[in-house]
Amino acid sequence: MSKALPLRALGTALLALASVAAQAQAHDGHAAHGDAAPPAETATAPAMDHGAMQMQGGSAPADARDPHAYADGLQRGAGDYAVPGVPRLAMADEHPLASLRVDTLERRFATGGGDDSTAYDLEAWYGGTYNRAVLKAEGDIARGKLEDSRTELLWGHAIAPYWDSQLGLRMDNGEGPDRQWLAFGVQGLAPYWFDLEATAYVGSGGRTALRLKGSYQLRLTQRLILEPRAEVQFYGKDDPQRGIGQGLANASAGLRLGYEFSRQFAPYVGVERAGSFGRSADLARAEGGRAQQTRWLAGVRFWF
Amino acid sequence: MPRHSPFLVVPSPGWSRRRFVQGLAAGGVLAGLSAPGRSAQQASAALGTAPVLRGNEFDLVVAESPVNFTGKPGVATTINGSLPGPTLRWREGETVTIRVTNRLREATSIHWHGIILPYRMDGVPGISFNGIAPGETFTYRFKVRQSGSYWYHSHSCMQDLTGMYGAIIIDPAGAETLQADRDHVLLFSDWTDEDPMRVFAKLKVQGDYYNRHQPTVVDFFRDATRDGMAAAIDKRKMWNEMRMNPTDLADLSSATLTYLANGVTPAGNWTGLFRPGERVRLRMVNGAGNTFYDVRIPGLKLTVVHVDGVDVEPVTVDEFRFGPGETVDVVVAPRDDAYTVFAQSMDRTGYARATLAVREGLQALVPALDPIEWLGMSDMMGAMGQDASAQGMDLTGMTGMTGMTGMDHGGTAMDHSQHGAAAGGLAVPSTAARHARTEYGASTDMRVDMARTNLDDPGIGLRNNGRRVLTLADLHTPSGPMDARGPGREVELHLTGNMERYTWSLDGLEFGRSTPVHFRHCERLRVILHNDTMMTHPMHLHGMWSELESPDGRLLARRHTLPVQPAQRISFLVTADALGRWAWHCHLMFHMDGGMFREVVVS
Repeated sequence: MSKALPLRALGTALLALASVAAQAQAHDGHAAHGDAAPPAETATAPAMDHGAMQMQGGSAPADARDPHAYADGLQRGAGDYAVPGVPRLAMADEHPLASLRVDTLERRFATGGGDDSTAYDLEAWYGGTYNRAVLKAEGDIARGKLEDSRTELLWGHAIAPYWDSQLGLRMDNGEGPDRQWLAFGVQGLAPYWFDLEATAYVGSGGRTALRLKGSYQLRLTQRLILEPRAEVQFYGKDDPQRGIGQGLANASAGLRLGYEFSRQFAPYVGVERAGSFGRSADLARAEGGRAQQTRWLAGVRFWF
Repeated sequence: MPRHSPFLVVPSPGWSRRRFVQGLAAGGVLAGLSAPGRSAQQASAALGTAPVLRGNEFDLVVAESPVNFTGKPGVATTINGSLPGPTLRWREGETVTIRVTNRLREATSIHWHGIILPYRMDGVPGISFNGIAPGETFTYRFKVRQSGSYWYHSHSCMQDLTGMYGAIIIDPAGAETLQADRDHVLLFSDWTDEDPMRVFAKLKVQGDYYNRHQPTVVDFFRDATRDGMAAAIDKRKMWNEMRMNPTDLADLSSATLTYLANGVTPAGNWTGLFRPGERVRLRMVNGAGNTFYDVRIPGLKLTVVHVDGVDVEPVTVDEFRFGPGETVDVVVAPRDDAYTVFAQSMDRTGYARATLAVREGLQALVPALDPIEWLGMSDMMGAMGQDASAQGMDLTGMTGMTGMTGMDHGGTAMDHSQHGAAAGGLAVPSTAARHARTEYGASTDMRVDMARTNLDDPGIGLRNNGRRVLTLADLHTPSGPMDARGPGREVELHLTGNMERYTWSLDGLEFGRSTPVHFRHCERLRVILHNDTMMTHPMHLHGMWSELESPDGRLLARRHTLPVQPAQRISFLVTADALGRWAWHCHLMFHMDGGMFREVVVS
């Protein structure tokens, strides 16, 4: 296989991702849809066309009002009638907060003779509304040792009402040599309530990677939530010591059904099909394992 | 009060919804377990009966008091040991001196809501003064220049949500013109057993945390069975596309709140007595941190006589809605032995209630909560949503609407060609939405381009309910405008927010990123508040009156706290005669704290 091909594959994937994000952004802005449906008094056409009206996102027109125009140069807490010796008022919007959300803490029961494992997937942040330090961690423990883990430390920055950009580092641990990467991506909520995450990575020695993740929370009742979730990883180069082959390396797709005892605590059960593909699958089989497996899940989701 | 820790794990105990709605019958301040230094008189204050303090000199002590409203013991911040705090009775024209002593471990303050006074007496830490430090006594002194029903409350942290509020009755300098044989204060408020900062932190992670009435798949199938699949999909399509929730009526619900009437839970049944044949004046105050109350007294018509302390042409209604900060005085003529004063929360998850009766121990039937209504087209689209409904277009899914030019609105008053022009200069409030350039970023989840300006809409959940409901259009201050001049300019502010990030702002800028709004001393200006969100916000401008006007520029009523409905645009005139720095904010506590706040400088 020529060297150009994997790069092309990665590039295509990135382009596909960019177009998804752009589509989401355009959808954000409700930009004028292609062909305008003729005005109809009776409601049959399902398509909605706002025309020139953009209710979400978009960019400010050139003549948009300046929000500071009414200040006449005044500042908060200083100047005319500011009371001397009084520190200026700071409301909660200026106070950093923090949160830890453990989306997944589950026991995975392999079918067809694989090993059971324990897996975690969590996200924590500290900061304000628009800028946060973000920690993401996902990992897999089997037979008492860490099989595979990915830990990311990022700066999250709000770029649109429903989207954040993320920039930072990723560390891979577990079986095989540890790897470090630079990470950059986007995370947010797409129309129709899809949670999406797309991150690209660059490591030493010309290694590149792309990780895409999506999930959806379907509220069956006020407390019963069904969550389909999928994640896929691409790599630009082989990394046989970590069981990674070039191209589409691994993917998982699962369904989790949880019950919210409280908003912050929901045990769940589920099923997931996961494994490796292409050259990564070859490497897995060469080690005597299976490329893909179905596993039953039982776990809890909680957050503070 | 314990320092807020974001990592405090408080898994919800198995709460009983019924208990939260009903509360404990004897819920309230635990008398006898008084904080050190309180007098016997204070400790024995009857539950639910705030003492009335009269005269010109007042001593208020702010302290923590143990309370129990729901079966779970809690700690409230109280004034003189009672919740609500004592009712202060002043007389117009006299000078009052109020010494406030702070016995909390954190700073406190008291703001006199709706009272016209020098800005250093307004009680907003960081703007009017430095707050009242623990152990300190601050002396407020000002001349009372108005009469009517008002209230006071803390302006520090979240103390307003933990019990620091009380009523103010100001008797007019001359004779009382309002004829009533009996007078009761009804101060509605809300209580949460949780630490309010913890509640805010949770909302920051999940904005719909307390909404237990979200659209579900079960609801979808129910709608599909009743109205057909296409209609059911249509109903949800727009909301799903925009990632917004049609049941987003309130940030908090009975999932965490207990609704109180004069500090008493519904089970406790606060009772106001009257003698048969008497005309009773009810001074109703909404002192809640988060709750809009829809008030009615089944079997009794309410004659509204004062709003925000100012007299209005009497208007008789069955029901009215008021939000935090607003006050409404009604006169009723009860004939039966007992009536229920029913105040259901706007999100229909609970209610506060009191009884009007000829003697203690009586109860009347308590109505069921009204069904929860989803927000509709006029709540999201403003004028566009209304017009389409008026034409009989089925807009449940906003179908078949093309760009602006393609629209035919028939005879309704929407002429797009005049969109930009302000008809007649400043005589009439402008209708063209001028979004700030900071409303196009991460802080703002939606913008309404054609807001509705009509004031005769009672609001979501009160439309076409078979009862006459008070609207802003019904209010008329008989004495007319305070200032004969028209406005010299327009100041337009947009109410904005992002529910996903749980942030609230004006013009897309939270308080920490804002600059003050400058009013020139003695100018008369028009303020336009344009609501680009789907919640109703009670907007409160300190220090000056807001003279609400109709869309065609006629003066309606003098207010201090104005509710702005989703996708609505209201206009009021202000004469900036009060030198100093003032606060201007939404009176929903979590919105205010989240950043829907501005400093106003009059100089």
